[in-house]
Amino acid sequence: MKCDLNIDVHHLTRVEGHGNIHVKVKDGKLVDAKWAVVETPRFFEAMVRGLSHDLAPVLTARICGICSIGHALASLRAVERAMDVQIPKTAKKLRLLAKHGETLQSHILHVFFLVAPDFYNVGSVIPIVAQHPDVAGLAVRLKGLANDLCDLVAGRTTHPVSLAVGGLTKAPSKDDLAKMKIAIEERLPDMLATIDLFASLKMPAFVRETEFVSLKGVNEYPWIGGDLISTDGVVKPEDDYLAMTNEYVVDFSTSKFTKLSRDAFAAGALARFNNNHHFLHEKAREAAERLGLRAVNHNPFMNNVAQVVESYHVMLESIEMIQALLDSDLKDIRADYKPTAGKGVGAVEVPRGILYHCYETDDSGIIKKANCIIPTTQNNANIHYDLPELVNQEMARGKDENEIEKLCEMLVRTYDPCISCSVH
Amino acid sequence: MKYLGVELQKPKVGVFDFTSCEGCQLQLANKEGSLVDFLSLIEIVNFREISSDKSDDYDVALIEGSISRADEVERLKKIRENAKILVALGSCACFGGVNSLKNRFPIEEVVTEVYGDMPKETEPVRRVSDVVKVDLCIPGCPVSKAEVERIVVNLVTGAEVKFPKYPVCVECKQHVNTCLFDLGQLCLGPITQAGCGAVCPNGKYPCLGCRGAFADPNYEAFKNIVAEKGFSMEYLKERLSFYNGFSGAYKDEM
Ligand code: SF4
Ligand code: SF4
Ligand code: SF4
Repeated sequence: MKCDLNIDVHHLTRVEGHGNIHVKVKDGKLVDAKWAVVETPRFFEAMVRGLSHDLAPVLTARICGICSIGHALASLRAVERAMDVQIPKTAKKLRLLAKHGETLQSHILHVFFLVAPDFYNVGSVIPIVAQHPDVAGLAVRLKGLANDLCDLVAGRTTHPVSLAVGGLTKAPSKDDLAKMKIAIEERLPDMLATIDLFASLKMPAFVRETEFVSLKGVNEYPWIGGDLISTDGVVKPEDDYLAMTNEYVVDFSTSKFTKLSRDAFAAGALARFNNNHHFLHEKAREAAERLGLRAVNHNPFMNNVAQVVESYHVMLESIEMIQALLDSDLKDIRADYKPTAGKGVGAVEVPRGILYHCYETDDSGIIKKANCIIPTTQNNANIHYDLPELVNQEMARGKDENEIEKLCEMLVRTYDPCISCSVH
Repeated sequence: MKYLGVELQKPKVGVFDFTSCEGCQLQLANKEGSLVDFLSLIEIVNFREISSDKSDDYDVALIEGSISRADEVERLKKIRENAKILVALGSCACFGGVNSLKNRFPIEEVVTEVYGDMPKETEPVRRVSDVVKVDLCIPGCPVSKAEVERIVVNLVTGAEVKFPKYPVCVECKQHVNTCLFDLGQLCLGPITQAGCGAVCPNGKYPCLGCRGAFADPNYEAFKNIVAEKGFSMEYLKERLSFYNGFSGAYKDEM
């Protein structure tokens, strides 16, 4: 069958930021397939130059409203490694707890508010609230829990206030932590219901072999710092992030592209799972099995499923971490330090994948140079190369233009692109 | 049931983002407890971040972000034509926000630093009111959802929209915090407009003035305290410039 397609999605909806999808097929032959980010670029790397080092995390958190905690943590880690600041163990735990709150918040927002409407054939979560109040209830309760966890540990969900160079400015009270532990335990049935729900949804059956990049777990599922790994066998130290990303500029996108062993690679929940699934909490591993997620999975749509599995994992791990915090004293949460000259990299697994901040400071702690490489930037090329493959596979299956357009949109959405992040 | 001469029952609301982190928009989807009630008060007709439905028929336009490219100017002007009430949402929209830090450098330098020899189009950052008439400013980085809800309810019921006329310090003292000046830090609480509940000092982090100057700041007294506590004017200036919420004579004269 010879078909013509002219897909032109201007400002894709239900993603964060502005991106366009162009697909052109003439007489059954693919002429063009593009993922073009058209978001206004923001220039944070230039903005942070000349600022005091303690303002860098405050500023760069504003790269993104959704993963501001992750940006703050990557930024703090870069500053701390540049100045050789060793943060106390308790602070490390608390920071990770805040991150878990963010991961849960962001994943739940994505799978329910942005992805689920596609499966219910509606334009947004608003009709789901009316038609499937049980589903909306899950989303609202789990996201509420996640926001409460962020608020408790970081002072605020969007743009944290208590994460500061050296550790934290303030620890939550034991009373509040104990209450939070109960609150998380009480929401576990909602998480199990979410897993049931996703077990009943059929993810599109699209597969394209790709390379997956994430942090490398050592004893546990990795979130903050450590070596970098790819499913193609590349392992690099954190400081060598440039060799892992190979960022470049293309003329049709304000967001950059990256590559490693192939034309493109993917970061994100699926990449983390593919590289580190054996470190997941046992129950989360069982959930993955139930959801049909097995490493190494090359179906990008399974990223949504990996996000559900990770949501469960972070809830279980948070319960354990809070217990450990309750058993410790919460006094030693911030290290003293003196600003020094240096260069430091901070790699953190934020909801959409691995995030790098790198700064150079002078001896009074002023930022001299900055580089930030964002997960969506790393996923752009993979989205871009997935598109023609998806269109070809779906044309071969005899799908019509509307169906293919919807699948293209769903494909981009499954990566959970954070576009304003990517044009930082 | 009128605000600024406009009849509002269940107002149609459009949410639009410009140069920003989209954190203020995100606040609209937060506060799950009251979310469903809040959504029943208004009709969201345009909110790309969470909805595929689009319409140019709206009463209230919530504008997030600052303006930094020519196409944004055009888009903003069109929205102004359609909207009965245009609200600047968040510090980026109200003051230029953190994006204004870009304006410290020549624009070509900024572009080359980030994009090398494949430059992208950009302009110095402007606030929304530099481009179109703004009916209402809701500051904050991010905005407080509670405040946005209160304001939208006021718009719907025709009540007057009011902001606190006192500084963040008042809210900070209500929380019985130890003053951060006493802990050796510089806090902008004494000159910043309240309404956030002093969320930063509550977390033992000094206020950086994301809500801008309050109605009647005593800059002279504040400068004296800052100097007395041993901070340089340069240090103060860096903090005052962070969200660009203290524009005008004071900031420039220092
Ligand atoms: S005001 Fe702050 S939270 Fe709101 S869009 Fe701007 S940077 Fe983001
Ligand atoms: S910490 Fe800041 S807001 Fe609180 S009383 Fe002191 S100056 Fe005022
Ligand atoms: S304390 Fe200051 S910086 Fe923090 S939210 Fe309030 S006004 Fe903004």
